[in-house]
Amino acid sequence: MSEKFDVIVVGAGPAGTSCAFVCAKNGLNVLLIERGEYPGSKNVMGGVLYRKQMEELIPEFWKEAPLERPVIEQRFWMMDKESVVQFGYKGLEWGQEPYNNFTVLRAQFDQWFARKAVETGALLINETVVTECIVENGKVIGVRTDRPDGEVYADVVVLADGVNSLLGKQLGFHKEFRPDEVALTVMEVVNLPKEKINDRFNLEENQGCTVEIFGDSTKGNLGTAFLYTNKDSLNIGVGTTLSSMIKAKLKPYDLLDYLKTHPMVKPYLEGGESAEYLAHLIPEGGYRSVPKVAGNGVVVVGDAAQLVNAIHREGSNMAMSSGKMAAEAIIEAKKDDNYSEASLNRYKDALYGSFIMKDLEKYKDAAHIFEKHPQYLRDYVPMMNRAASKFFTVDGTSKREKQKEVLKSVTDERGTFKVLKDIYRAWKAVK
Amino acid sequence: MSTKNIEEKQYLLRFKCDTKSHLTVLDHDVCMTQCPEKFCTVFCPAEVYKWEGKRMQVGYEGCHECGSCRIGCPYQNIKWEYPKGGHGIVFRLA
Ligand SMILES: Cc1cc2nc3c(=O)[nH]c(=O)nc-3n(C[C@H](O)[C@H](O)[C@H](O)COP(=O)(O)OP(=O)(O)OC[C@H]3O[C@@H](n4cnc5c(N)ncnc54)[C@H](O)[C@@H]3O)c2cc1C
Ligand code: SF4
Ligand code: SF4
Repeated sequence: MSEKFDVIVVGAGPAGTSCAFVCAKNGLNVLLIERGEYPGSKNVMGGVLYRKQMEELIPEFWKEAPLERPVIEQRFWMMDKESVVQFGYKGLEWGQEPYNNFTVLRAQFDQWFARKAVETGALLINETVVTECIVENGKVIGVRTDRPDGEVYADVVVLADGVNSLLGKQLGFHKEFRPDEVALTVMEVVNLPKEKINDRFNLEENQGCTVEIFGDSTKGNLGTAFLYTNKDSLNIGVGTTLSSMIKAKLKPYDLLDYLKTHPMVKPYLEGGESAEYLAHLIPEGGYRSVPKVAGNGVVVVGDAAQLVNAIHREGSNMAMSSGKMAAEAIIEAKKDDNYSEASLNRYKDALYGSFIMKDLEKYKDAAHIFEKHPQYLRDYVPMMNRAASKFFTVDGTSKREKQKEVLKSVTDERGTFKVLKDIYRAWKAVK
Repeated sequence: MSTKNIEEKQYLLRFKCDTKSHLTVLDHDVCMTQCPEKFCTVFCPAEVYKWEGKRMQVGYEGCHECGSCRIGCPYQNIKWEYPKGGHGIVFRLA
């Protein structure tokens, strides 16, 4: 057989499909290989899709893509056992064009997006696992699949195979990820009538809300939880680094049920019906865990390259941008018919010059620090709650007196010096 | 709302099962003698692993293919592959 393409893309998630889309649009011969029954059937996301990076690929995509709700409000909760300190932002400008971001259900979104790549000229093959890259003279020249007679060749192979990235590991681009470099996250889609959602979240038609929940949502372990509104359902999920899960001997589904029945969360879900339960890893190693991203005849994009900003729950947008940058490098490489590592390093250079690596660099110490110093989520969130309770309880004490008390109670609990050190360390990690 | 236990959660899912397991515990003695915590039985989100006193039972049919056991087993005692193309878990929603 030995069919040959310009580009083979492994994995039809946002990274791979973006790359295939841009390559096909520029006239390249593209094969997009997906192991699932359909694109999205293996993929999980809390649900926030960012407008900016998607729009760079398909202008005004919101007019046709299967989206749930434009997000007009983002809330952040610092949650204790029976209380929560909240802040957030709600703006109607996010509810109209060009929008800020949207909630989506990935099984539907990924299928639609892959269809767009196919309409542009890419060839999509589902139900096919790429088992290895074919390497000849130190150069990747194609892939082997689990289909009979399943070898296919190309000038460039794009590894968009997601967080497990077995193919990158095979090529020696990275070692097995450590349990502190990945977060194990579980979620449920809970069906709830639209009117109930609108009432509970104070929304109108076609308005969405996201809630990020810190603190007791993970029982103080390093991680977060989320509650997002779809049209007629809610996505609720929680995750911690796999290392924290192991250390705390947590069962992820028990943690999810703890969250669902938490007194601060439960009223939002009342009367809902679970429709699906999903587990997935998130690459959270950050800057230092990013593997080699270009080699002879091969590039790595999206989760496979650990491109996730865990602090801001951005992953799908980085996947799309990296896919697009890889495509642009391949298009350039084709002009001088040179697919060496040096030539494909155009992608690496673009990536390292982009918001992706700049943001990952900015937070390169954050996860590590929060893992090593669990007091931030474990101690400070409850302290914030007690402080707020004290401050807002009207009991005849003057406000000035209260401020003093609050400050004192914090420094008493941990010691002034420790508190200052904690604040300095956290500030340095995210500055 | 009612929470669902893990068996009920797993019932919400669609699987297209392969006849062959894509997960293999390499050496059951390692589980027995070196891993008193039986970590995989705790953190696996689908309760795929069940310790049966002498060997590890692997209910691969319910696997979400998340990869946690491959990374989280402290003894690299799990051989982890993808199910055959088109097989395994089929998410319909998120
Ligand atoms: C619970 C959860 C919540 C999240 N929330 C958000 C959020 O709100 N916003 C956000 O932007 N990001 C979020 N993320 C991160 C986001 O989902 C990922 O960063 C994004 O999906 C990465 O895209 P990708 O294309 O690189 O990988 P994936 O979407 O994982 O796609 C990889 C694809 O490759 C296929 N594949 C893998 N190996 C092979 C092979 N050998 N052969 C053939 N096909 C293969 C897979 O089936 C899959 O379709 C979340 C992640 C999780 C788990
Ligand atoms: S974690 Fe590894 S060694 Fe421990 S019981 Fe599971 S498979 Fe065996
Ligand atoms: S891949 Fe995930 S769901 Fe499957 S057995 Fe391993 S830990 Fe469990």
